[in-house]
Amino acid sequence: MRIAVQRHDFDAGAEIRRLAGDGSIGAIASFVGLVRDVQMTLEHYAGMTEREIAKIAHEAVKRWSVIDVTVIHRFGELQPAEQIVLVVVAAAHRGEAFAACEFIMDYLKTRAPFWKKEHRGGAEEWVQAKASDDAAAERWTAKEE
Amino acid sequence: MRVRLLFFASLREQLGTSGEELDLPSEVTTVAALREHLMQRGGAYGKAFGGKALVRAAVNQDMVQPSTRLKAGDEVAFFPPVTGG
Repeated sequence: MRIAVQRHDFDAGAEIRRLAGDGSIGAIASFVGLVRDVQMTLEHYAGMTEREIAKIAHEAVKRWSVIDVTVIHRFGELQPAEQIVLVVVAAAHRGEAFAACEFIMDYLKTRAPFWKKEHRGGAEEWVQAKASDDAAAERWTAKEE
Repeated sequence: MRVRLLFFASLREQLGTSGEELDLPSEVTTVAALREHLMQRGGAYGKAFGGKALVRAAVNQDMVQPSTRLKAGDEVAFFPPVTGG
């Protein structure tokens, strides 16, 4: 498992290739989150961020017998179209890989301590949390029996 | 009982500080009581920790509920709902 919280950009292709090669892996699903058309600053709670992401990734590994997980999340100043987050999940089959990848993203959005501030012209504004993000994470709880 | 407080994002900006060391009065034993204690400072604290403000808390870097009990040396963080991803 590889969890990284960093300022610099990442190479999704290299991260995917890094997980390949184990004969038991039949599927790798990946997700890349991008900045839309706004400049932003991402603040985080150093230490807790890595812990929360690791907890979420471990949970995914347990639920779907995932073979390996990589999560990279950036912080600091980000420009439009830059990459923010990468989730790569390797599993024996695609169903597990897709599900675990989505689960990790849904939980990351509601549990990992990151906060986005958008800059538009001279104005800055903290992004408000969305109820739809909580609902997306809740889906996975409802699924448990 | 002394704890370390941390504030993040909009809360940090509202309060004008990223944290402090604080000696708690003996009656402040839970996260909810600490929030109330901070709110009673009034001003920016009154607003930031008032009833309507959406504030989350973590103790020693784990998300907690308001009823969580505090102990000496805890790192207690307050912040708005998260918006990463």
